[in-house]
Formats: sequence, C-alpha cells, structure tokens
Amino acid sequence: MTYPRSDGGPLLALDTVSLDVPPASFCSIVGPSGCGKSTLLMLVAGLYSATAGRVVINNQVVRGPWTDIGIVFQRDVLLEWRDVLDNVLLPIEVKRLSRTAYRERARGLLDLVGLAGFASAYPEQLSGGMRQRVAICRALVHDPPLLLMDEPFGALDALTRENLNLDLLRLNAETLKTTIFVTHNIDEAVLMSDQVVVLSARPGRVRRVFEIDLPQPRGVGTREHPRFALLVNEIRAEFHSMGII
Amino acid sequence: MSAVIRRWLRANGLVLGVFAVVFLAWEASSSMLRVPAYLLPPPSAILVRLSQNPERLVGNFATTLQEVLLGFALGVAVSIPLGVLLVYSRPLERVVYPVLVAFQAVPKVALAPILVVWFGFGLSSKIMLGFITALFPIVINTVIGLNQTPPEMIHLMRSLGASSLQTFLKIRLFVAAPYLFGGLKIGITLAVVGAVVGEFIAANSGLGYMLLVANQSFDAPLLFGVVLLLSLQSIALFYLVELIEALVLPRPLRRKGRELIAGSGQ
Repeated sequence: MTYPRSDGGPLLALDTVSLDVPPASFCSIVGPSGCGKSTLLMLVAGLYSATAGRVVINNQVVRGPWTDIGIVFQRDVLLEWRDVLDNVLLPIEVKRLSRTAYRERARGLLDLVGLAGFASAYPEQLSGGMRQRVAICRALVHDPPLLLMDEPFGALDALTRENLNLDLLRLNAETLKTTIFVTHNIDEAVLMSDQVVVLSARPGRVRRVFEIDLPQPRGVGTREHPRFALLVNEIRAEFHSMGII
Repeated sequence: MSAVIRRWLRANGLVLGVFAVVFLAWEASSSMLRVPAYLLPPPSAILVRLSQNPERLVGNFATTLQEVLLGFALGVAVSIPLGVLLVYSRPLERVVYPVLVAFQAVPKVALAPILVVWFGFGLSSKIMLGFITALFPIVINTVIGLNQTPPEMIHLMRSLGASSLQTFLKIRLFVAAPYLFGGLKIGITLAVVGAVVGEFIAANSGLGYMLLVANQSFDAPLLFGVVLLLSLQSIALFYLVELIEALVLPRPLRRKGRELIAGSGQ
C-alpha cells in the first residue's frame, strides 16, 4: 500500500503484510505510531484499495467498500442532532432495514453497555466513554460478522478504558464476531485477543504474531493470570528489540 | 404567558435599557446643548416627522422589503446549489472559486449603475444588486459547512453501503446547517444594503429613494427616521432567519450555531 507523498513521490505505508484472522476470533494489531495500522484496517474494510495484494473475507476478494462490517473509530463521530437510539439505528436506516424490527435489538445493546436510560439523550449530554459505547452499539446493531476497531479507546482515560474493555468482552462473548482491533495499548491487546500482531515501523510489516492462550472467557480476573504478565512482557520485549521502547 | 414575558425581559432587559438610556440622553442633550435640528434632530422630532405621512413610509418600506426578500431568495436559490456543486466537483471548484473571489473583490456599489442600465429603473435592478451582495457569504458558508463532516463519518457511511446522496442528506447537510444559517444571516443584511444602494442610483420609490429625497430637501428628521426604519427592517429580517433556524434545526445544532456566532465553536 503506497500513499502519494506531499513531495509527489510515493510513500510506502504498508509493506508485505500477510495475516490470517480465523472466524470468530479476536485479533489485535499493535505497532509504533505511523506504521500503517489504520491503513491496514481501511484496506480490510475496502475503503482504500491496495497498490498490490488483496484482502479476502470469507473466500471473497474485497473490491470496494465491504458493507457487512461494523467500524468504530477513535473519534466516536456520533450525530449530534440525533438522540442515542437514532444514532445506534443509523446503519439500519442506511441499509433500509425495518427500524421497528431493530429497535429492540438497539435497546438491548444499549442495555448491555449500561446505557439503557439514555436512549433519548443527545450525544452532547454524554461523557466520552458513554459516547464511545454508543458508537460500539452502532457498529453492532446490524449484526455484522466482522468488527473493525481503530484505536477505539485511545481518547479515553485509563479507568473508562478498562470498563469499555470489559464491555467489549461481554458483547463479543454474546455474539462471536471476528474482531480486528488496532491499539497502542499492549495490556488491552493481550486482555482481549486470541492473537496479537506486532507491526514494525514504517513501512509496516508483520514483525511477529503472538498467540494468546489465556483461558476464555476473559474478564476482570484475566489480568491476574500468571501468563498475562508474561505475554505482556514478551510483546514489550519485541518492541524493545525494534528500538521503540 | 407572563412567565414567558418575564423570561424574555430577563434575557433582553439590559439591551432595551441601554437603548432607552441612549435615546433619553440624545433627547436631553439636543435640547440642553442646543444642537441644531438640521444636524441632529431629537428623537421626538424624528417620531413626529415619521407619523406625519405614514402611508408614504409604509409604501416605501414595502418596496424595499420586497426588493430585499426577492434578492435574498434569488441569492439563496443560486448560492446553496452552487456551494454544493463546488464541494462535490473538484474541477468546478478550481474554476469557479477564484472567479467568485475575484467577483467579491469588485465593489458591488460600483456595479449598481451597470445593473440599472441592464435591468432598468424598476424593481429588478435592486433585486439583482441585493442578490449579488448576498451571494458570496452564503456560498462560502455553504462550502465551509459541507466540508466540516469528519472523514471517519464518510468512511462509516461508505462502509454501510450508503450512496453519496444518503450521506449528503443524512450527514453533511446537518453538519453544514449551522454554518449555512450563519451565511443566510449575513446574506440577508447584505441584501438590504444592496437594495438601498440600488435605490440610490435610480429609483422612484423605496426607503433608499426616500433618503435621497429627504437629503436634498434638508429634511433631517425624515432622513434620520428613514435610517431608523431601514435599521429596523434589517434587524427584523436577521431575526426572522434566526427564528426559522430555531424552528428547523434540532436543539444541539442550534447551540452549535450560537457557538459559531460567538466565535467559540471549533
């Protein structure tokens, strides 16, 4: 994947990245800033097209936007002029599905993330963590098999972040989605993932893939598991060997 | 009802008070300092003069109002679609935008005589002048507003399989709305300026025409009275746009609009 650079020449953002994400698994992508993590996600979503190589989802090559996915960005990009429920129902509206049929599902998702009482609140009345929870519900409402998350908790404080990690674990346990999760936070990646992919600095290449064999279901107790700290340290060491930390 | 009035007074009482003090001071100073009435007539003299021939005032007020509203309507009908085209078509933007800026650099007052030659002495030359003065701020604000949608939002809509039209109607238009109304508010007050300048050049009715007549006959109270009426018309039109904004926009966007005006918006 190359980008046009400001001086006119091409900028190689991602080099040979070969990655296999099994269905219903949770895959985190970590790497130094600017290594092309977000670009990779956009390629998977079909929102950018690769200069070389291809993305395959369920044996189908991605050409153009893949519409059977849910996306969450670092910014929640909620629609300020719609209440929470209407924000969550946006995908249903765009896809011209029945709002009445999905209203209960939307309410159920809000309930799962502790926002049952806020369905008719406007986003401006919510805190950053609550807004991001709404964005996650919006990504899940049409029940896509694939969830792409681009540093979704990057703008949140540490406590809110941990809460949302647990929320996401709970949502995922219920629905068994394939999730690709971009993050800077090694701890968070280990907590939630089945595999953690470490990318090198630009141009991004797969540096190493870590299988996270911590017991399922994950939760508050997972961090106390003896393997947890071990895995976090191993990944940290990988970054250290790249000269990042 | 009385609660509404009380609330309104609490919000606007200070402004009304300031105006009252200014007019009282004006009235008192013109009699105490013996300011000649042909330089600065007292408010009482202006009000008396205005009450002398109300039909004529109403008629001319209506003429100017008509010119302003038609000029503004034409401005809106052209500017908003033009703004949309500029945002959606790169080549068009590259060609039209500089032309628009160059056109804005031309003093509209200087175009007034030409417009009179082209469109005659009647309403149409004033409508055209109101139209071209209102055009620029509405186009620019439409363009700025439509470009405010975060790229993530566009990505999200595309990943849901949304068409450009859906993204425009459900997202971009709403994000743009507070900016758009900002442009409309500037535009409508500029349309008043345009219409009055048009009347200065060649007209036989309208408040601008009355200003000229009052000026030539040294009728200072009428001169001031007409300025007052013109200001009132402009203020009323501004608040009319604001009222429409309040009726049309959902609550969070109205707040956004106020932040933009206060200059504290993003």
